[in-house]
Amino acid sequence: MSETVNTRKKHLHKAMRVGIAALRTIVLAGICYIILLPILTKLSSSFMFETDLYDQTVRWIPRHFTLDNYKLVWQYMRYPEAFVHSLLLSLVVAVLQLAACTSIGYGLGRFHFRGVNLLFSIVVFMMIVPPQTIMIPLYLNFRYFDLFGVLPDPGLNLIGTHWPFVLLSVTGTGLRNGLFIYIMRQFFKGMPKELEEAAYVDGAGPYVTFYRVMLPSAGPALVIVFLFAFVWQWNDSYLTGMFLGGKTVLPVMLESLLFNLGPGGGGYALQITGQYASLINNTGMLLFMAPLLLLYTVMQRYFVESVERSGIVG
Amino acid sequence: MVRIRRKRGLRLTLQQRRDLVGLSFTLPLIVGFVLFFLYPFAQSLLYSFSKLTISREGIALDYVGWANYREALLVHPEYVRVLTETIVKMVVDVPLILALSFFAALLLNQKFRGRLPVRVIFFLPVIYGAGVILKMESTDYMMLLQSTHAGARGEMISVGASLRSFLMQAKLPEALLLYIMQGIARVPELVRSCGVQTLVFLAGLQSVPPALFEAADVEGSTAWESFWMITLPMMSPLILTNVVYTVVDFFTSGRSALLGLVQKTAFSSGSSYGLSVAMSWIYFAAIGVILATTIGVISRKVFYHE
Repeated sequence: MSETVNTRKKHLHKAMRVGIAALRTIVLAGICYIILLPILTKLSSSFMFETDLYDQTVRWIPRHFTLDNYKLVWQYMRYPEAFVHSLLLSLVVAVLQLAACTSIGYGLGRFHFRGVNLLFSIVVFMMIVPPQTIMIPLYLNFRYFDLFGVLPDPGLNLIGTHWPFVLLSVTGTGLRNGLFIYIMRQFFKGMPKELEEAAYVDGAGPYVTFYRVMLPSAGPALVIVFLFAFVWQWNDSYLTGMFLGGKTVLPVMLESLLFNLGPGGGGYALQITGQYASLINNTGMLLFMAPLLLLYTVMQRYFVESVERSGIVG
Repeated sequence: MVRIRRKRGLRLTLQQRRDLVGLSFTLPLIVGFVLFFLYPFAQSLLYSFSKLTISREGIALDYVGWANYREALLVHPEYVRVLTETIVKMVVDVPLILALSFFAALLLNQKFRGRLPVRVIFFLPVIYGAGVILKMESTDYMMLLQSTHAGARGEMISVGASLRSFLMQAKLPEALLLYIMQGIARVPELVRSCGVQTLVFLAGLQSVPPALFEAADVEGSTAWESFWMITLPMMSPLILTNVVYTVVDFFTSGRSALLGLVQKTAFSSGSSYGLSVAMSWIYFAAIGVILATTIGVISRKVFYHE
């Protein structure tokens, strides 16, 4: 008697587990579809001929397969040149920001000098002030850069050069650097004190300890911050548009793609509009994202695992 | 011997030397904060009360009092409308984004086959859901078409209708019902702005000590009770972090119509820098008030384990 009850219970339990798993699969598949949809749409339409856009029977598979869209976008984004420029800019910015934010995070996380709490609250404050509030004075400072009157009067014009990015990155005041400092601080705060003390006992100075002992174990946090810094710089059109507007950088070229294609940029006699313009834009976005997607696919395993061990949470 | 004597000459205790080392690590921040944050921050406040003229010799300022603020709030044809729209949209979106990312993190934290690829896809919006792509997609014809298509397709409407009648039967207030229905219609947009929040929640879920759940299990707690009594309190500091992150991200993302307006005002017609800065200060003040209230309300409920 009790045996039958038990087996029935077991069956019920198993059925419930299967049911939950099925529900989970459906929900996950749905969300994955939603996330992938824009990329899939771009991919399928980028191979379409213009007439396919107006053809109601064409949804995913182009009827007239063509590579012309890519050729056009490739040419008018000046892709190779813009790509190299963007790559160099993002790499330099990411490396500098990583170095600066790691050092600052280490100082904030492992030392207890007077004012350390004040400095940390400054970091939090910098995180919540929208960059737009200070952007115009910052722009003007770089336009007439005189280092508080040290340089002769009109100052240097740094707009259109890479100096604004370098200066902001080196001092940990670049885009979202508050977040990076925060991540690094949380990570270093969570590391055991014994590790540091052992290094001191072995005769290492504080800087050697940082470089040889603490840094090598910070791998996960370093990966996250580097990837974030690189991706955000690559995607950023705000600072880039402001400091490097009109230069051949990918975000700038992408935003002005339609203009360059039109009569103003020396392309077609008529401005492209409507669905076809959208098609061109989407192809451009795809080309813009492609390197990031490639980087992400290569690094995904490391990235996803890093998230778990990065101690973002502290 | 020589080294010891030199240290004595400097007359620093061990602690003081350690403090100096710590300070040297944070030196870039101190320099950067003063040069590229505090100084422009103060200047920006000054500009918002001035009329700015840029000439070959540099910048000239004329004090005009509250005129810029008055112009932004009372004269400018678009500003007030765009500002209220932005704030209303944020108040609607932030709870939805948080709920969705928390839910996603709970799902991703479970053990099932194919978890790694699913996680990879879930974090994809961190890569593409930012900056210029987000900005361009928000006005893109094809993407708009897609979202209206999804709503116009038959099955979606019938699901919506049956859900609606179900919720009506549950005697939910009309306003809440409308909120839920609108939220469902905008799931795609919301999902794509959840990447970082999901990441933070997931990292948090994995840092909850398993011993807590084991103890609760031994005491006879159900999964449901464990969720409310353990998971949620343990995650509450992260909820606060994520609220702040989401609000800030929302205000500063390229999608924001208001920032477009601010930038357009600054760089279109020669000398309206002052007006543009005043606009962003009003905006910043609004964010400040909203953030302070939410932090005040939430931090009272936050539970810290240590």
